[in-house]
Amino acid sequence: MSETLLQVEGLTKRYGRTVACYDVAFELWPGEVLAVVGESGSGKTTLLNAVSGHVVADAGRVLYRTRHEGVVDVLQLSEPARRLLMRTDWGLVHQNPRDGLRLAVSAGANIGERLMAVGDRHYGRIRGAAEDWLGRVEIDTDRIDDRPRTFSGGMQQRLQIARNLVTGPRLVFMDEPTGGLDVSVQARLLDLLRQLVTELSLSVVIVTHDLAVARLLSHRMMVMQRGRVVELGLTDQILDDPQHPYSQLLVASILQS
Amino acid sequence: MHNPVINLEDVRKSFTLHLQDGVVIPVFEAASLAVGRGECVVLTGASGVGKSTLLKLIYGSYKPLGGRLLLRQEDEEIDLAHATPHQMLEIRRRTIGYVSQFLRCVPRVPAVDVVAEPLLALGVARVAARERAAALLRRLRIPERLLALPPATFSGGEQQRVNIARGFIHGYPLLLLDEPTASLDTANRGTVVALISEAKAAGAAILGVFHDPDVRDAVADRLVDIEALRAAA
Amino acid sequence: MSLEGYNFAYLDEQTKRMIRRAILKAVAVPGYQVPFASRDMPLPYGWGTGGIQVTAACIGPDDVLKVIDQGADDTTNAISIRHFFQETTRVAVTEATAEATIIQTRHRTPETPLREGQIVVYQVPIPEPLRWLEPRESETRKMHALADYGVMHVKLYEDIARLGQVATSYNYPVLVNGRYVMAPSPIPKFDNPKLDRNPALQLFGAGREKRIYAIPPYTAVRSLDFEDHPFEIQQWDEVCGLCGAADSYLDEVVTDDRGGRLFCCSDTDYCARRRAAGHLGPHGRDAPEALRSS
Repeated sequence: MSETLLQVEGLTKRYGRTVACYDVAFELWPGEVLAVVGESGSGKTTLLNAVSGHVVADAGRVLYRTRHEGVVDVLQLSEPARRLLMRTDWGLVHQNPRDGLRLAVSAGANIGERLMAVGDRHYGRIRGAAEDWLGRVEIDTDRIDDRPRTFSGGMQQRLQIARNLVTGPRLVFMDEPTGGLDVSVQARLLDLLRQLVTELSLSVVIVTHDLAVARLLSHRMMVMQRGRVVELGLTDQILDDPQHPYSQLLVASILQS
Repeated sequence: MHNPVINLEDVRKSFTLHLQDGVVIPVFEAASLAVGRGECVVLTGASGVGKSTLLKLIYGSYKPLGGRLLLRQEDEEIDLAHATPHQMLEIRRRTIGYVSQFLRCVPRVPAVDVVAEPLLALGVARVAARERAAALLRRLRIPERLLALPPATFSGGEQQRVNIARGFIHGYPLLLLDEPTASLDTANRGTVVALISEAKAAGAAILGVFHDPDVRDAVADRLVDIEALRAAA
Repeated sequence: MSLEGYNFAYLDEQTKRMIRRAILKAVAVPGYQVPFASRDMPLPYGWGTGGIQVTAACIGPDDVLKVIDQGADDTTNAISIRHFFQETTRVAVTEATAEATIIQTRHRTPETPLREGQIVVYQVPIPEPLRWLEPRESETRKMHALADYGVMHVKLYEDIARLGQVATSYNYPVLVNGRYVMAPSPIPKFDNPKLDRNPALQLFGAGREKRIYAIPPYTAVRSLDFEDHPFEIQQWDEVCGLCGAADSYLDEVVTDDRGGRLFCCSDTDYCARRRAAGHLGPHGRDAPEALRSS
């Protein structure tokens, strides 16, 4: 595992007799974005949850190169170690920002929470970091004390991103981050994500059913159908020259704008 | 040819349309072609028979089904047919530049940043990269006020020039040019010819498709008929 | 009511044993909430059933009991609970903090410094300090287990952002023995420093929520704060009108319908001791009779 950041092997998750994802394998390098595409029921969200440890996989390994402790199998980590990893080195952006935010506390507190959770005890510094990140995700810093309830969907999503990135994670999982947003709002969010990926050398696994999002953001793409990976390769290659019948079906279904 | 930059040996390519009962469209059976340092090879032939396809096979946008595509990258020789996607990304960063016919516009990114991006990916400092990008865009006669605007609203010719600038901003050892002068006026066509000549003089290998006969004559060291490549077996 | 028909201290021996086991566990893990099988007591939830069960499990015939409510020995609740124990145990009772071996309290810690061998039993309504943010018991248990306490500082941050300072003035969360975050019951934050390294054993009982927790003697207890917004206790400009104390928690009492008011110690025993020792406050001689007696 020379310089890969993440290596998934044989990941399988069943719900009763239904195979949600089966024998999934892929690698991820620093600074690269991998899109996981497929229709509903393809297993992409289950895959995301299994890789991040939110559901317990039935088989497989998720090898992650930590900052100081070498390569670990995330699925074998203790719960406290996994939670610490999720809080510091990983991020998870939910499709619905309400699932990834604390709606009852201010925007500043939402961003500062991870810092406080890892022991930061200086109010001024925490607030400063929150202001900085609000600026980076293009939310007016005047809104630092407002509750996310009062934000638009796009703003909530950008707040969720800031909340995840404040501790400088190296790997971020995103589940349909642009779902439910207006087209112009999507464009703004995608542009922001592109910038952040480049600036921060982030590795991202992004689950999406929208191939346009995949083309814009990702370097490589993984096509899933009924829980299995049917094609894995360069994004532009899969979109321009899909090999697998299901990939061809997906690509053919994109409306030409 | 001694030490070509790119050497295609018996490359096979066809498209299988699974959505149309698996109809197979053959393109190449055993295409072979080599391009050396400082050489510009121009593909000729009718439209739609495979010129762009050949460029895309080399760039990795299309997947070759057989044969070898040997790329010389510094001291190594890499068979692009078996390069992993991750390797291809690295190869595209450093070695192969591609000017396609269409500029895919990322919303909201200013033209100067679109052009500077390949340099940033190679670790050039942002300020220096933007300066070089701006200089190249000015050379291609893009009006100053457009440099900070996203190209989505530009004219076809302006978008094409942004595309060209992006392809020439870094000294790629191998340049793939697909109709780079299609929407350009005489003056800008001349600039593109100059850029190509400068690239050749710096040792780049160039494989291109040019419809304009004047441009073709000005840059081509060798002409290769695409039909001949297709017929080879 | 006579002792006939009731076991000593009302609860049967098996129940007392169960509660003592819970107390031992709580003492072994300072600040950790130990579940216990809270019994039906002859008063409703919200009136101190948890504290009463803890006291009942600890009390013996030679103990001396003091019961206070908001610092006073003579409020209805304090009197009722003290009477309950007198009837079911016949132990000696006192209002003097220094003479008591067990002190059951609601919403105050005694002003008089405690000593080794004494037990303070606090009545607790909501034992879970994280409940305001996380309604799920399954989740709060995990948070305690993993010391996942970032949210507590989120609350403090919110107060400072909105009000310029931490608004919590009672039931102020503390970190016990450097490990568990604990709700000290609705005592004013003024009393928090008294919890730290106290020579007495401090027990906390929540009857409705069925939890017992403890701070063993001489345990470190630290109120949560920020480096640049350190924990502060309440201050008054006034001293106690009756005894002149400048270091005790003061209640504000309206004395007439012409705007007259008086600040006096909430801890009635403390105030009485000081006056007995000759200290007098600005209103010492003129204070209404009802306030001066105790």
